[in-house]
Amino acid sequence: MNPASLCKTLADRFPQGVLGTHTFRGDATVTVRPEAMLEIARVLRDDPEFRMNFLMDLTAVDYLAFGKKPATGAFSNTGVAVRPPAEIGGKEAWPGRATGDRFEVVIHFFSLPLKHRLRIKVPVGGESPAVPSLTALWLAADWFEREVWDMYGIRFANHPNLKRLLMYDGFMGHPLRKDYPVNKRQPLVGPVN
Amino acid sequence: MPETPTLDTKEMLINVGPSHPAMHGIIRIVARLDGEVIRGAEVEIGYLHRGFEKMSETVSYNGVMPYTDRLNYVSPLINNVGYCLAVEKLIGLTAPERCQYIRVIMSEISRITDHLTCVGASAMELGAFTVFLYMIKAREYLWEMVEAVTGARLTVSYCRIGGVKGDLPAGFEAQCRKALTETRAVLKEVDKLLSRNRIFVDRMKETGRISGEEAIAWGITGPFLRGSGVAYDVRKANPYLVYDRLEFEIPVGRHGDNLDRYYVRMAEMEQSMRIVEQALAKIPGGPVLVEPESGKPVDLEKMTPPAKPESLPVMPAAVMVDKGKRGRIHEIRDRLAQVDPTLGGYDAATERQVAAGEKRVSLPPKEDTYGNIEGLMNHFKLVMFGHGVRPPQGEAYFPVEGANGELGFYVVSDGSENPYRVRVRPPCFTIMGALPKLLIGDMMADLVPTFGSVNMIGGELDR
Repeated sequence: MNPASLCKTLADRFPQGVLGTHTFRGDATVTVRPEAMLEIARVLRDDPEFRMNFLMDLTAVDYLAFGKKPATGAFSNTGVAVRPPAEIGGKEAWPGRATGDRFEVVIHFFSLPLKHRLRIKVPVGGESPAVPSLTALWLAADWFEREVWDMYGIRFANHPNLKRLLMYDGFMGHPLRKDYPVNKRQPLVGPVN
Repeated sequence: MPETPTLDTKEMLINVGPSHPAMHGIIRIVARLDGEVIRGAEVEIGYLHRGFEKMSETVSYNGVMPYTDRLNYVSPLINNVGYCLAVEKLIGLTAPERCQYIRVIMSEISRITDHLTCVGASAMELGAFTVFLYMIKAREYLWEMVEAVTGARLTVSYCRIGGVKGDLPAGFEAQCRKALTETRAVLKEVDKLLSRNRIFVDRMKETGRISGEEAIAWGITGPFLRGSGVAYDVRKANPYLVYDRLEFEIPVGRHGDNLDRYYVRMAEMEQSMRIVEQALAKIPGGPVLVEPESGKPVDLEKMTPPAKPESLPVMPAAVMVDKGKRGRIHEIRDRLAQVDPTLGGYDAATERQVAAGEKRVSLPPKEDTYGNIEGLMNHFKLVMFGHGVRPPQGEAYFPVEGANGELGFYVVSDGSENPYRVRVRPPCFTIMGALPKLLIGDMMADLVPTFGSVNMIGGELDR
């Protein structure tokens, strides 16, 4: 299926669950509600129309600082602001985000028999963001979700072993969040045995 | 008759790594053993985490390039290409045709070096030290090619958004063909040493088995998946660059064990060499620029500045910049800059071959940078702090076939000069996630070949 019909089929099938679709730069993208995510993922995997047998990638984006950077580059020592070169306009503009939630869990699916790709985005916000886990459907979700928990602090409900993957136990905070300073230091820890 | 004493057996926990030679210093496996059989295993990663994704958010789009070198440090050129293609997709830009061929050639050379390292190192871990030395010798021939093109062996940073840093050096084709001949000879020797070697085959066969369906469920791609009989290759499934114009096959295994993965890697090196040879024969010479929409070559006569005649005198770029700084513009006018292709920047003739010709992305040729104010300002606008390439708001995912499998870059832009988010889908990450499954049921000694065939690369695994 081509990107446009992928988006349309899914949106027609789940009018309640799908928040928005777009095909920016040829990538089929569907934004879905967290409650509907598990059901949609199951259909994507098992339905002969989709047959998404690969969970290629699962990650997240923190939209806290999105578009908040000043539009001019300023020299810190002189305060002179210089207008940067214009953005490179494309043929189509990005339609923007479906919701204003802080995080988006971004999942890339691939179907080996049908050779099509689909991106599912799940907006999630709040004090302790949480989405359902896909570990019951794809084994690959296990480590991907652990990494997202480690880096963004997004919980995955019903994950069998949700603990840090890249950082160590005792690390404070979630480093890929936009409010985590890039040069922050943490105390060294000894080996745990 | 005395009663035989009943001996107790109990399971034992054993730590393998992180400072264990077979674990490459950065992986810890806690294995639960029943005698010599592994009953359970837990894999711990993160010892080489450098915060690649966080760092990428603080630099310009071209500034991410050196970081991508350090992801898969055995085949850095493929990372360069993958990242560039993702950003170009986000911008909506196509690199010139010659540049696409150059990217294919360099990717395939990198793939061979990666497979050579993987097979050589895992053979060494099984005691076949000669093979390792032979393979490193072959890798040396190829790295010399990489060095001749990029100026570096490991930290290449060769690609630029919209093109590559410089053109192929003079005499590259002949040298490259010679290097491939040498590599073929080495592979033939190694094939004789390993493929029917009783010790090697016994240790590789039927260890670390995984079926095709299971491998797909674990998200495994690349030679590892193809060893299990699934013919998935991004170069065929979603062709990018000029792979659809080149002939090659996807070697697949049948049993999904370590031995099949070894055969797949050996066969893939031969296919990569085929690709390089075809690309060398097909690569368009001379200035070539294509229209992104129609794919037709641009008429160079209509371009500004017009193509300069070859007869103009040549001046080294270093001399040119000195004269330009002193205001001696009349001395550098109507001169062609001479730039070493392994250093940064290019002259006007090269620029039309390897850069996208989009002023807001590619650096101007050195003649313009030093010779006129427009070129200088263009250069300034791309390299100074607070300036640089600014893709429109949006997101794009681009998968390429890395040496270990699908290497995907997911880039989000908020319209500023720093990437908002750069996500790498590291190919060996999913394989490492499945490692406990591969190990359970095998003997302790089988851990070494299984781990070797994963081709774990710490740089891309931990980022």
